[in-house]
Amino acid sequence: MVAPAIDRRGFLRVSFAAATGLLVSLYLDPNAFGQEAPMPAQQAKVYPPDAFVNIRPDGKIVIQVNRLEFGQGVQTALPMVLADEMDADWSNVIAELAPAADVYKDPLFGMQMVGGSGSIAHSFTQYRELGAKTRAMLIAAAADRWSTTPDKCRTDASTVRGPNNQTATYAELAADAARKPVPAKVNLKSAAEFKLVGKRVKRLDSRPKCNGSLKFGLDLDLPGMKVAVVAHPPVFGARVKRIVDDEARRVEGVTNIFEIPLAKGTGVAVVADKFWPAKQARSRLKIDWDVTGVEQPDSSELWTRYRQLGHTPGLVAVNRGDANALDKIAANNRIVAEYEFPFLAHAPMEPLNTTVRFDGDRAEAWAGSQFQTFDQMAIAEVLGLKPEQVTFHTEMAGGGFGRRAVTDSHIQREAAVIAKRLRGTPVKLVWTREDDVQGGYYRPIHYHRVEVGVGPDGLPAAWRHVVVGQSLLMGTPFESFAIKNGIDETAIEGTNDTHYNLPNMQLSVHHPKVNVPVLWWRSVGHTHNAFVMETMIDELATRARMDPIAYRRKLLKPDAKKLLGPLDLLDKATAAWRNKLPRGHALGVSCHESFGTGVACAVDVSIDNKRPRIHRATIAVDCGIAVNPLTVESQFQAGVGFGLTQLVPKGAITLKNGMVEQRNFDGYAPPYIIDTPMTVDVHIVPSSEAPTGCGEPPVPVISPAVVNALGRLTGKRHRTLPLVTI
Amino acid sequence: MAIFQLKVNGEHREVNVDPSTPLLWVLREDLKMTGTKFGCGISACGACTVHVGGIATRSCIVPISHIGDRPIVTIEAMAADPVGRVVQNAWVEEDVVQCGYCQSGQIMAAVALLKVTRKPTEQNIEESMGGNLCRCGTYPRIRAAIKTAAAELSKGGA
Repeated sequence: MVAPAIDRRGFLRVSFAAATGLLVSLYLDPNAFGQEAPMPAQQAKVYPPDAFVNIRPDGKIVIQVNRLEFGQGVQTALPMVLADEMDADWSNVIAELAPAADVYKDPLFGMQMVGGSGSIAHSFTQYRELGAKTRAMLIAAAADRWSTTPDKCRTDASTVRGPNNQTATYAELAADAARKPVPAKVNLKSAAEFKLVGKRVKRLDSRPKCNGSLKFGLDLDLPGMKVAVVAHPPVFGARVKRIVDDEARRVEGVTNIFEIPLAKGTGVAVVADKFWPAKQARSRLKIDWDVTGVEQPDSSELWTRYRQLGHTPGLVAVNRGDANALDKIAANNRIVAEYEFPFLAHAPMEPLNTTVRFDGDRAEAWAGSQFQTFDQMAIAEVLGLKPEQVTFHTEMAGGGFGRRAVTDSHIQREAAVIAKRLRGTPVKLVWTREDDVQGGYYRPIHYHRVEVGVGPDGLPAAWRHVVVGQSLLMGTPFESFAIKNGIDETAIEGTNDTHYNLPNMQLSVHHPKVNVPVLWWRSVGHTHNAFVMETMIDELATRARMDPIAYRRKLLKPDAKKLLGPLDLLDKATAAWRNKLPRGHALGVSCHESFGTGVACAVDVSIDNKRPRIHRATIAVDCGIAVNPLTVESQFQAGVGFGLTQLVPKGAITLKNGMVEQRNFDGYAPPYIIDTPMTVDVHIVPSSEAPTGCGEPPVPVISPAVVNALGRLTGKRHRTLPLVTI
Repeated sequence: MAIFQLKVNGEHREVNVDPSTPLLWVLREDLKMTGTKFGCGISACGACTVHVGGIATRSCIVPISHIGDRPIVTIEAMAADPVGRVVQNAWVEEDVVQCGYCQSGQIMAAVALLKVTRKPTEQNIEESMGGNLCRCGTYPRIRAAIKTAAAELSKGGA
């Protein structure tokens, strides 16, 4: 994703409060400066939410994380970065998820968000500078105290040490440090000086996530809180014609039932004292729906339409070299391949939810949000408030994978509409799993048609490629700068920017309009583009009778460093097993770069009970500096499991007469333990380059690697997902 | 509405709820024990796993009226359980969690396995953990943590 560049002049502001110690803030918006509100004492979190670092009198250092934590480990990694430059005692660091505020906006995207695998990539330098500036101010305070100069002082473990063995803890110095000017420039550590960055540091949130004490958004419980569920139309955009709710109102604990507007169409809100009566009452509602003028898409009809479109050229995205090169290659040296990818639900483990309380002139909201800025604005709009009148708490989220980054903020709007009606009462809106599976905002279906002409050297001499798929960005606030010449690049990313040397390449795109809300799904367009590219390249390698790693190396451009390095490392890391597999097993290889991170993958696959059995996966990755190699390893070990959502037999959302055919995890079944690799070893290319993301890059590589292995085992090249049969 | 007498984590608790209310929602909303999670409501994901009468049970589909006098044990009691504590420590040691939402259920399933099978094979692990969904995909580290816990337990840790 891209967003308008913003003014990156940042400066620090420091304030001091007796109850809370030193507060350091980095402002990105100079206009926000000087609006200091009184600091309420005795509060768990620091408000107003403008501080990144708070040195408490007890020595605890509370660091605000400007991102949602939903598994990716940023709640540990960004504090590591700050604490390292600050020389803070890691054992006393506490991380908190920052609420919505200008100061916490992504320095590049200009909005507070998690997406595009940008958390570390965009905030690495920001958090280093915050740590270094805080340290400089603490040193300045200590130097004053000891009548010496800052250059004669050292720091370690939250302590400043003077030239004559004086020592003072950060907590002791915090008050004086707060009165020091914020240095405009600071020297940052060299890589050799890092104490935390680059080390395998365990997550800060492990224990509370293992003993049930960590509160997710859905666990929120406020005095007098009501729980709401919404009956959504069976077809996207349908409207309520008639409600019969006598039976529903008889459910004990139900307090309100009323029609509400939705992002598309209308629905019926059911409010109760608790979740169970709300859900019971919803199931007793009788609603007639008006589908007049509403398109009722049908999967089989969509595929017919998509295939037809795919046989015609679309909007030209790449036109490189000789457009007629393919026609000059003999038919027996051409491969024509068609690929189909279904709708996919994100289905994060924690069902979607948001809590809102509307107090007339202000409101408070709680949500595990990837788009705090948009969601806060949406709630404000519904309630007739300004965004700053809505205190927006970032709640820990049980996964998301893009599903909590919705440009229309439809969940928050539903919650706000209901809360507006129940003025003064906090209302927790819960989407059940059925709401989630049937509620849209899917990875859109895609059709690819690829024609490849193979040269005498076995390399692709001509490449003609048509992609058909709904645009993610048209009709969103990102449209004006993200759609170029009618093309949404998220549909072709991974193909249009391929690192393979394809001298004669024609790529075109169709963006049909379909009445199904669609959304980015972890790794976005790379989910299908990497599959097409990496399975086709593998077919070509097999045809050329070349080793799959050697073929890729040969075809990659010399400047594809982020892929060549991982391929070399993969070659070494798999040398012990790659060519010594037991009978009935096969090797599958893939490589793909996304979000600036290069990944190479090898799998050992057999067929067990008519399903692929992945005995092991070896991953090599170049993500620049690995801020926390333990997190990088974990992201890849688990992220390939998420990627296998594309292959499991029930990994598809389908529609009939406009209605989603799956309801829950029985019909739409993501990978379980048996579906994922028994072991995953992750190898990181040593690097001193700027860090790049690790949230999404694990996902694209696994499905093509497994399918390539199946191709070797069975001779069949699977091009339609999910793999219902093999 | 009806009154039910429950034994939860060794303590006597009384609730007044609709008899159809699943144990999950009694735990979460009436007893305010939110460590047990709602994931699907149809026993397909295992996030709601608790022990009822010593058996790993999907609390989202068991009506409170079916519990009877069987003791209920939840994630909140695991730190004080000899096997539960070892499993939790193994989970932390192996840095298993990511989003963490499914892990209460994963740990309850793993504890149930290890209470019966002290040296589980890969097949035992796959069978016992087979219905517990983790969307983050932490399965490889779950396998590792179960083995770490089993090794610790074999030392006589519990």
